[in-house]
Amino acid sequence: MTADPYLFAAYAATWIIHIAYLTTIVRRYARLKREIEELKK
Amino acid sequence: MSFEPRALALSKLVTRNPKLPMKIVFPILVILTGVLLSYAMYMALSPNGAPTEQTMGMVQRIFYYHVPSAWTAFLLFFINLGASVYYLIRRCPTADILALVTAEVGVVFCTVVLVTGPIWARPVWGIWWTWDMRLTSTLVLWLIYVSYLFLRRFSSSGQTPVLAAALAVLGALCVPFVYFSIWFFRTQHPQPVMGNGGSIDPRMLHVLLLNWLAFSCFAFLVCWSRFRLEKLQREVDEAHAMRSLLDEPASPRSAR
Repeated sequence: MTADPYLFAAYAATWIIHIAYLTTIVRRYARLKREIEELKK
Repeated sequence: MSFEPRALALSKLVTRNPKLPMKIVFPILVILTGVLLSYAMYMALSPNGAPTEQTMGMVQRIFYYHVPSAWTAFLLFFINLGASVYYLIRRCPTADILALVTAEVGVVFCTVVLVTGPIWARPVWGIWWTWDMRLTSTLVLWLIYVSYLFLRRFSSSGQTPVLAAALAVLGALCVPFVYFSIWFFRTQHPQPVMGNGGSIDPRMLHVLLLNWLAFSCFAFLVCWSRFRLEKLQREVDEAHAMRSLLDEPASPRSAR
């Protein structure tokens, strides 16, 4: 049972990596939306 | 209302509004994938799902994230190979976008493999890392696809997609080597659980495949979002280029 922190660390690391990547996609979408708005002007 | 008229009505609705699949289907798929991922995680962590391995104990449950992540990465790299080859033959921009997207998402999954592997190795082997064939070849595979992404990001030459496609073919050749390295070399890494004489408890196999399905659905959704983003980005870049051409002051020759 001493290995449980490793299990938690592995699962947490997996989701941190995925969420970090999803965040970059959301930010790129937001930036693109701003660019489109500027182009429309 | 019978099924046929309903399907017809739906198809008419979709034809009238091409953005409808994204507006309706995508959120539904996100919810379904979220439920599937949660259920798969519960099955991976709970003794009701997969039995606890006797030698390693609870830490062995990292297996249900480590292995499906690797399989998903391999799957994405193979799609990248197909798209790259198609681009090299037909010069189809959609194939180029698909290649870029699958490489990017594949690198994310490969990163998960390279992070969860050492976290699992530390309590089991007593070391974080060893330069054995499986670990080293996985790192090399990751580096090839990271260099592919750097090439796509920082090179603005017209030949970039062709060069990237050629690099992708090279990277994909590395995938079977990574997979079969534990068959042909003596490595610290465990032998395969399936094939080559490996065996696994059916309940463990069930949870493993469930997690792979969940990760594959998640990867599909991420690829879909990233694909739309890339397509939109290229359209905006084209619009910028057109605008700068139109805004450009007339040259002396054209003024005459």
